[in-house]
Amino acid sequence: MSADTPNGGSPGNNEPGNEKPNDPIPHFVSDEPFNADVEVVLTAEQEKYYMASQWKLMWWKLKRHKIAVAAGFFLIFLYLVAAFAEVFAPYELQHRDVRNVYAPPQAVHLFHEGKLVGPFVYGYNARRDPETLQKIYTVDTNKVHRIRFFCSGGYPGSEYEFWGLFKGDFHLFCPESRRAPVFLLGTDRLGRDMLSRIIYGSRISLSIGLIGIVLSFGLGIIIGGVAGFYGGWVDNGVQRLIEVLKSFPRLPLWMALSASLPAKWSPIVIYFGITLILAMLDWPSLARAVRSKLLSLREEDFAIAANLMGASTKRIIGRHLVPSFASHLIASASLAIPEMILGETALSFLGLGLRPPVTSWGVLLNEAQNIQVVVLYPWLMAPMIPVILTILAFNFLGDGLRDAADPYK
Amino acid sequence: MFRYIVHRLLLMIPTLLAVSAIVFVIIQLPPGDYLETLIAEMASRGEAVDQNQIEALRRAYGLDKSPVEQYFSWLFGLLQGDFGWSFEHNRPVSELIGQRILLTFVVTFSTIAFIWIVSFVIGTYVATRQYSVSDHVATLIGYLGLATPNFLLALVLMYFANQWFDTSIGGIMDDKYRNAPWTLDKMLSVLEHLWIPVIVIGTSGTAGMIRRLRANLLDELQKQYVVTGRAKGLAPRKLLWKYPLRMALNPFIADIGSILPEVISGSAVVAVVLNLDITGRMLLDALRAQDMFLAGSFLMFLALLVVIGTLLSDLALAALDPRIRLSGGATR
Repeated sequence: MSADTPNGGSPGNNEPGNEKPNDPIPHFVSDEPFNADVEVVLTAEQEKYYMASQWKLMWWKLKRHKIAVAAGFFLIFLYLVAAFAEVFAPYELQHRDVRNVYAPPQAVHLFHEGKLVGPFVYGYNARRDPETLQKIYTVDTNKVHRIRFFCSGGYPGSEYEFWGLFKGDFHLFCPESRRAPVFLLGTDRLGRDMLSRIIYGSRISLSIGLIGIVLSFGLGIIIGGVAGFYGGWVDNGVQRLIEVLKSFPRLPLWMALSASLPAKWSPIVIYFGITLILAMLDWPSLARAVRSKLLSLREEDFAIAANLMGASTKRIIGRHLVPSFASHLIASASLAIPEMILGETALSFLGLGLRPPVTSWGVLLNEAQNIQVVVLYPWLMAPMIPVILTILAFNFLGDGLRDAADPYK
Repeated sequence: MFRYIVHRLLLMIPTLLAVSAIVFVIIQLPPGDYLETLIAEMASRGEAVDQNQIEALRRAYGLDKSPVEQYFSWLFGLLQGDFGWSFEHNRPVSELIGQRILLTFVVTFSTIAFIWIVSFVIGTYVATRQYSVSDHVATLIGYLGLATPNFLLALVLMYFANQWFDTSIGGIMDDKYRNAPWTLDKMLSVLEHLWIPVIVIGTSGTAGMIRRLRANLLDELQKQYVVTGRAKGLAPRKLLWKYPLRMALNPFIADIGSILPEVISGSAVVAVVLNLDITGRMLLDALRAQDMFLAGSFLMFLALLVVIGTLLSDLALAALDPRIRLSGGATR
């Protein structure tokens, strides 16, 4: 602003009438002190919104998606149960009750003959069909088996080694005594409690999704990142590879790969092998997402600015590009986890995946493969309930996260 | 258009070569070969193993050559329609898989048709009635459909069919036709049994497609030209059919590439549960027994099905959408 005009700061000097077409327009300078911030002053609320980090915005948006939040809490609950399976399950994983083979589920009652006795189940009367030799259980309403809560042991199958580290026999709930077993979801062909096995199985089924996604995330980010950043023939090669991998139907390929794991391997090595196989076919979609995001983001001003300021490639990718689309990645990861869980379940169901004594939901369902067995003992299908609930929860959470990843929308 | 077709066809060749290489590596992965499995089996049964006979077999099947040589002889065999020899069944692979491949084809394409028709009807219906009761019901069922693995759905259906109607819903045709030549009766029997696997395999794909169509159509319906059309007094039905629906239909064709592998994957497991005479059970057994040529042919066929399906969808998309046709390839 130049203040050297003679009559600066005093407008209205020139009457409109005196104005000639070629006269310069008089310069106007305000007397008020200059304040650059005047337009930008925000209310406290606006400030909170505009200054919030991306993660905060995402969280606000996610909170409004009630189902996604509920699904998130449900998943946290599931993972807690999986982590403390020993406490939540009334029986130890491999405990066999030979007197109760293929016992049907027991319903929980509160009132016995009109009197409140607290949660209890009725015991069985078992007899053998003389022709088919099949054991037939009938509910005996004279046998009242109370359920205890926050109890420790005192019946076979109650001792466990928590995480294989220290011994214990504390349970969330347990049967009253060794003579009054409680099988809320029935037992399998060896007399093992289905509920306990499902709870223990969640440990494997849920963890395989997490470990798998970490592996596939690593592969996807590295491969997609390299392709997106360098472009050219690297990009072309990766694109072709992704296309080829995507033109395989996943499950048959998973089947073929897991069938090629040597039978000699120990169950735990098989577990990691299966996880790796699941991840190997999952990374292409993630890599593709990373690549396309990188391609569009590296043209953005902030990336060019960082480049001009002499930042290294590694720094630009790691500090500037990846954080700006990490939220999208997390959303697509939470949608990819259920597919892995499903993959493991399907493989184990077919008998190609994990093998006993490792117990996952798929391994449990493997026993329900035969329709004759399922018709006689339908409770063997019970593990499909947690499978469906877990997948539903991950889908809801993933949908919520995906919407939240674009907080300005 | 002609240039685009040629370009797309040429692109298929390297893809298929890569696919065949991957398939070959996978079927070669298990340590040892079928003959070693056979020896172990015979030894465990206490039978004497004639080393000379084994060597002769190994030479006859070309198992003594280097993997690269084996790959090329397998590849050239495939090109000439010779799929190799099934050790397990002791018959040429082509004899074993012929009918199964045909039935796989039938099941896959009926499922795709089912997905299209059902999701088109339901998707259009719910998108024009956003937030109505039917919309919420469809959304809920859609989520359940997406979350229920199809082999579990098959299991549940079989259980209830048995409990309520006392029938078995397994199989793809009546047992008496299983090895019979193709007749009209056999075809009718297949059609009679087809709907169960089609529904079971197609449910999750349908649920996904309804969601996509609904989202796309809702986006279109909010655009200005729809408002203009309505303001000018266009009949509601015509307003829906003429422009927005057509715009929203792209995923029907474009998504074949992603639905087809899903359907084929699904059919492989569902076939095991429902005891269908398609790829499922035989592929599973072949993989377990290291019957490499049989397993390889199945895998190759399934991948080929996907590649051809993607090609058809790309071509259809190009025919419908001039932007793709003229830019010469960059799809999706």
